[in-house]
Amino acid sequence: MIRLPLALFFSAVLFSAGVYGVLARRNAVLVLMSIELMLNAVNVNLVAFSQAWKNLAGQVFALFLIAVAAAEVGIGLAIVILIYRNRETINVDEVDLLKW
Amino acid sequence: MVAAAEAVVASPGFAKYAWIIALLPMLSAALTLFFGKRTPGRGWIYGVATVGAGFVLSLLVLWHFVQGGGAYSSSVSWFRVGSLHLELGQYVDGLTAVMLIVVTAVSLCVHVYSIGYMHGDERFTWFYVSLSLFTAAMLNVVVADNLFQLLVGWEVMGFCSYILIGHWWEEHVNSSAAIKAFLTTRTGDIPFLFGVFVLIVASGTTNIHQIGEMLGAGDIARGTASAAALLLFGGTIGKSAQFPLHVWLPDAMQGPTPVSALIHAATMVAAGVYLVGRLFDVFMHADPWVLQFVGIIGGMTALGAGLLGLVQDDIKRVLAYSTISQLAYMVSLMSVGPAGRNAAFFHLFTHAFFKALLFLGSGSVIHAVHSNNMSEMGGLRRPMPVTFWTFLIGSAALAGIPPLAGFWSKDELLVSASNGHQVVFVVLLLTALITAFYTTRMVMLTFFGEFRGHGHPHESPVSMTAPLVALAGATVGVGFLGASFAKAVFFKWVYFEEPEAIHFVPWVAALSVGAALLGVLVGYSVYREARERDPVLAMGPLTTLLVRKYFLDDIYLKGIVFPIRDKVSAFVYWTNQNVLDGAVDGAGWLAKAVSRAVDGFDGSVVDGAVNGVAQTAGFTGGILRYVQSGNVQRYAVLLFTGVVVLAVVFTRF
Repeated sequence: MIRLPLALFFSAVLFSAGVYGVLARRNAVLVLMSIELMLNAVNVNLVAFSQAWKNLAGQVFALFLIAVAAAEVGIGLAIVILIYRNRETINVDEVDLLKW
Repeated sequence: MVAAAEAVVASPGFAKYAWIIALLPMLSAALTLFFGKRTPGRGWIYGVATVGAGFVLSLLVLWHFVQGGGAYSSSVSWFRVGSLHLELGQYVDGLTAVMLIVVTAVSLCVHVYSIGYMHGDERFTWFYVSLSLFTAAMLNVVVADNLFQLLVGWEVMGFCSYILIGHWWEEHVNSSAAIKAFLTTRTGDIPFLFGVFVLIVASGTTNIHQIGEMLGAGDIARGTASAAALLLFGGTIGKSAQFPLHVWLPDAMQGPTPVSALIHAATMVAAGVYLVGRLFDVFMHADPWVLQFVGIIGGMTALGAGLLGLVQDDIKRVLAYSTISQLAYMVSLMSVGPAGRNAAFFHLFTHAFFKALLFLGSGSVIHAVHSNNMSEMGGLRRPMPVTFWTFLIGSAALAGIPPLAGFWSKDELLVSASNGHQVVFVVLLLTALITAFYTTRMVMLTFFGEFRGHGHPHESPVSMTAPLVALAGATVGVGFLGASFAKAVFFKWVYFEEPEAIHFVPWVAALSVGAALLGVLVGYSVYREARERDPVLAMGPLTTLLVRKYFLDDIYLKGIVFPIRDKVSAFVYWTNQNVLDGAVDGAGWLAKAVSRAVDGFDGSVVDGAVNGVAQTAGFTGGILRYVQSGNVQRYAVLLFTGVVVLAVVFTRF
């Protein structure tokens, strides 16, 4: 039986790693992967609370989230491929046309 | 049977429709104005048709009074000013009926005559518009039952007279004659207007009949009536060209001859006499000296104008002075009282016909020889027989030869004058003599002797001779209406207080005929042979006096017109330079100053505000644009910072 605070701590570390990845990485694929990390941190939270409070709704939400995350990754990778075809780079710093 | 006859008399009959007669020419004026130029014949048809219809209707109205019918009056409300209620109405009695006949008959003749006389004139249509409008105004004066309506017609007549005298305004002399006529009659109209005011204030109503009743009941003070009568007589002096305002009528002869016949012989100038007759109650209830004053003015004018007629060369001016003189006959007879008034109206009635005839005849002559001057006429009886014979009838009537109309009416005048003041009688008899003389002179110079003009005169077209013949017929016929052996029916129609006719007095008739014949004989013997120099122009100082018209024109010009004109023009110039220009300049300066201030405000405040807002927006935008870098990760940093801040805020507070 894993104790709740431990699970939450793990989730926070995982989320922070995701945030760092999203903010600091330049490779678009790695940014997407970091987003997955953050989503999974949320999943861990949901499952942990579900188990602690004996409520299955959290687990059901987690299943939904996994499905949504799969779709999101599919779209995200498609965008990355298109950017690469047009710009021959997947460096996030260089994709900055939407500005003043 | 008797009851039926009485019922016929009691009903107003056609008298009810007298107002239509006045409205018809108004309709014609409007139709001619709007459609005249597009109508074949350039629009004369409207005037002739409506005035002709009016004449027929007038005869029917008169028929009502021939049967012995009574007066008829009706009115509709017009508008209200304070306590004064103004109405449009008609008052139809025998006098109205007679005047309707005079106006429509002469107007019809003139309308027909003008077709020929004005043929080819540039403003032919406009001429007919003015003629019709004038006729409408005159008829309005005749049927009016209140002073205000009468005044409106009176003023419209003055205006029409002005535009018709100046019909050929391209020549300066014509336009100045029009202005002279307008201003001179206006001088008389102002007292008239005030006379109307006096009556309205004194009686509280404008209705002529009611004013008469109030006078009869003694509700209006004698002094007030005197003032009103004197002021009203001012209008008569102006419109009927009495001394000292007679000077406009001879100059008015500059207008086309049909106009002279209609306005300046038969109708408008007679309106002054009609006014005195219609408002005779006022004169009867005034102090006696008012009527004496009327008599003096009339007597002076009759003799003075008759003498002036002696020396004129212009045929129309002879007739003009004769008109003044004959009108003065009527005016002076008003002073005798009710009988004189009735006689005066009889003379007005006959005079309208024969004077219109004479004017139209002179127009026919002028049309043929292209000159107004008798020194360029002569011997016209052979080429123009119709004109000659009709003119001769008119002249005989004017001179007072029996049995023509002029004789009968002049006889009645002299009979009633013999009952009045001796001086009036003598003056009128003397005037009759002079009238006969200058009439003979006119006929002799125009139609006898050798032709002294240029070209070959010929008889006028039928449209001009037909009215002459019609009027000549009337001149022969209408006199018998007042003759005593024909029961003197005329006086039953126009009677005022005294229904009986004036009786035929043999010695007066003898004197009258004697004076006329003497005048004719002297005239004939003087002008039988052609002379180098006209004898009337060889009377030394008297000729000078007459040719210069008693110096009245000089006195008016040098004493009134020039001083006023010079002073007024100097004053107007000064005012123009200083006051008006000053005001205009000042207004301009003020406008400039204000606009400069507005410009400054616009530039600094309004533009400053707008530009300031724009600059501020640009400045802040310039700073803020660095926030939007396009770099997704920088946005994400801000997003997370925001989330963290919110999380801290929500958890701590």
